[in-house]
Amino acid sequence: MAVLESKVPSGPLADKWTKHKNEIDLVNPANKRNIDIIVVGTGLAGGSAAATLAELGYNVKTFCYQDSPRRAHSIAAQGGVNAAKNYQGDGDSVYRLFYDTVKGGDYRSREANVYRLAEVSTNIIDQCVAQGVPFAREYGGLLDNRSFGGVLVSRTFYAKGQTGQQLLLGAYAAMNRQIHRGKIKSYTRHEMLDVVLVDGKARGIIARNLVTGEIERHAGHAVVLATGGYGNLFFLSTYAMGANVMAAWKAHKKGAHFANPCFTQIHPTCIPVSGDHQSKLTLMSESLRNDGRIWVPAKKEDAEAIRAGQLKPTEIKEEDRDYYLERRYPAFGNLVPRDVASRAAKERCDAGYGVNKTGEAVYLDFDAAIMRYGREKALTSGMKNPDDATVRKLGEEVVEAKYGNLFQMYEKIVDQNPYKTPMMIYPAVHYTMGGLWVDYNLMTTIPGCYAAGEANFSDHGANRLGASALMQGLADGYFVLPYTIGDYLSDDIRTGPISPDSPEFDEAEQNVRDRIHKLMSANGIHSVDYYHKKLGKIMWNKCGMARNAKDLKEAIKEISELRKDFWENVKVTGKAEAKNQELEKAGRVADFLELGELFAMDALHRNESCGGHFREEYQTPEGEALRDDKNFKYVASWEYKGDPSKSELHKEDLVYENIEVKTRSYK
Amino acid sequence: MKIYLKIWRQKDANSKGGMVDYTMDGVESDMSFLEMLDVLNEELVAKGEEPVEFDHDCREGICGTCSLMINGRPHGPDSRITVCQLHMRSFNDGDTIVIEPWRAKAFPVIKDLIVDRTAFDRIQQAGGYISVNTSGLPVDANAIPIEKDAADASFNAATCIGCGACVAACKNASAMLFTSAKVSQFALLPQGQVEAADRVMNMVRQMDLEGFGNCTNTGACEVECPKGISLENIARMNREYLSATIKG
Repeated sequence: MAVLESKVPSGPLADKWTKHKNEIDLVNPANKRNIDIIVVGTGLAGGSAAATLAELGYNVKTFCYQDSPRRAHSIAAQGGVNAAKNYQGDGDSVYRLFYDTVKGGDYRSREANVYRLAEVSTNIIDQCVAQGVPFAREYGGLLDNRSFGGVLVSRTFYAKGQTGQQLLLGAYAAMNRQIHRGKIKSYTRHEMLDVVLVDGKARGIIARNLVTGEIERHAGHAVVLATGGYGNLFFLSTYAMGANVMAAWKAHKKGAHFANPCFTQIHPTCIPVSGDHQSKLTLMSESLRNDGRIWVPAKKEDAEAIRAGQLKPTEIKEEDRDYYLERRYPAFGNLVPRDVASRAAKERCDAGYGVNKTGEAVYLDFDAAIMRYGREKALTSGMKNPDDATVRKLGEEVVEAKYGNLFQMYEKIVDQNPYKTPMMIYPAVHYTMGGLWVDYNLMTTIPGCYAAGEANFSDHGANRLGASALMQGLADGYFVLPYTIGDYLSDDIRTGPISPDSPEFDEAEQNVRDRIHKLMSANGIHSVDYYHKKLGKIMWNKCGMARNAKDLKEAIKEISELRKDFWENVKVTGKAEAKNQELEKAGRVADFLELGELFAMDALHRNESCGGHFREEYQTPEGEALRDDKNFKYVASWEYKGDPSKSELHKEDLVYENIEVKTRSYK
Repeated sequence: MKIYLKIWRQKDANSKGGMVDYTMDGVESDMSFLEMLDVLNEELVAKGEEPVEFDHDCREGICGTCSLMINGRPHGPDSRITVCQLHMRSFNDGDTIVIEPWRAKAFPVIKDLIVDRTAFDRIQQAGGYISVNTSGLPVDANAIPIEKDAADASFNAATCIGCGACVAACKNASAMLFTSAKVSQFALLPQGQVEAADRVMNMVRQMDLEGFGNCTNTGACEVECPKGISLENIARMNREYLSATIKG
């Protein structure tokens, strides 16, 4: 069976998407009114897809676990959204954005999908501006841009450090317009617990009303999963506390392949862990690397003195600092891609140069930027010979205007003023490139079940570049899925309403109820968080920034044992028939305990280093990732076979016809 | 630190609630306020009691989910932050901390410290948008230059996180700051002008229908807003409303 048919259209790369749009079947407006679509997740991908599908005339139901669609975790994205507008005239183009993204992903993404992403990127900016998204502007009134890691142009559009918030509120507003028209019915505080298949097609979901605990059936002609990533597998991450893999994992267990689960992004600039009570980690936007310089002390004794509290970073002389990214990667300097920057920080800290009390932190220093901006501001304000204090004051104002909210966040958490002393940062889990396998139409291996945004695998390969997640979420939701889903639904114009009373729905609902009962009636020894934290420790220590075969084998065994223990001994307080946050967490952790094992299996089988997947056995003498294109230039797509350990590997070979596959170098 | 907590417990929307006392030992100053509650909940679960339910999600001050009245102030004693950004270093050993849900008729309690804020969604649904479809072919984004000051002011209004602290802080439980922030975001942009009159009329009508109180210009909302949304927005909304009424 040709399970993995990518359905990439034939023809030249630049014409594929246009050709495909011209050739696929459409559903006429009158028939769209008879078709129901379920969208799970209301972040950038789900929110924009729901709004656009409803505008087209479909009846849409949206589901989110939050109390409002506006609170999906896309809201927390800080830095920006890429688009090949070339407004700066610095040589940007659709091809260059495509090239950067494929290279940044270490040649593990699907060429045609990435090209389409780059192609529609410009539409995103136009669309958002038309919706009233207040992007940053220059004094001339035109849109401003900045740079992100792994690229040599300025193509990132932004709204201070709150770009995700502004884009999501744009999509939410578009949704609201359709809710007002009655074309979207929004179910908030609802969680999808299973997908329902009828005759092999996705025809609905089972959801739990999180307020009342009621189990509900919702039927539709297609199901779109836009439920984000699974980084909370690590317990500590920059994800929202409620972010989970439930929808994607349930689809996986019903037949949707899970692709490249081990491709995880560890973001280099997060606020370091402070203690055992820690519940989550906070990102400091990559945009800070435009102006901040990353360093550690060049002398080990200085690092030791800092850790002991005997020395301050500002007391270390310039020549005694090691700006290790600028040293190792002169061409890209502080703006190397995330995987490279994270590993370099780990390398320095492991070598004993870390700077906080745990030894797991490096400095991100704005002093040079403050003085540079201050001098510029003094000149443009007509000051001829300003003193250092004036320059510093002016510079701090410029930096505050650019990154004020991030600096405030940092100060609140760490209790140090980043204008006066360098920030301390360390890598943390931030994004998952892996996800449900989808074809060119964003359909999973279950007919009628689609995956959009971070929930799918297709665009970022083994490492996502900064400001590309927002781009992909909105590209999928506004511009790709609304076209491609019509091709599938054109066969459903005579189907009529899908009944939620079929035996398939009965069975799915019963399974959901049985599982909840099992969670509620375990022995009740350890809390849900106890298991989640244990799993997180295994993942971070053995499947984190650097992996090896021995650790991964141990991780597989430990996770499997932990899962068994969980089902026997977890303690879930309260009732199933009421609001119950412990039960919500328990269901999510149960899924993570299965996915974790598959994750480690995937990492173990991939005997190469690429992007965010770094296997210690496969590196160059300089410590750079050593890819194996001969044996691993494929998507690892896993099929569920009753237990994570029995999952079957399928391979989609990656073909690059328009880009030369070479060793990634940022030197 | 030793901390004494008085927390509002309420089984569900229809039950009567009340304050319950808890004592916490070994609270560290580096803990966030919500992490302190996590620790309390772990202790309660260990004892077989139901943990205290509270709303939270991103824990970095942007999603607007967390919503606690702490010692009578929305989001607690510090200014310009949400509860999830509040740290225990803002308190002292031996302090008593009173934790309640948002108090407003339009925000009914769901359970313990969780309230129903869907009224805010309905206000937005009444007109908080610009009516453009996704076409893939709108005008180029740079075809409409927007003065930087106007764009920045629009952005500042748009940073509202919809947490409801303004309503909780207001003695009238008014939603004027929230509603006016959205009205202002669009009123300040040329794209928003076309529907400006309808927008303000519809949003204000829905706000009144939801049972929020009137604005008496005390300014408590602005003081407690974690994002520093300015009272100027209320003035702007009043102007927009007046002008829409005259245009009729």
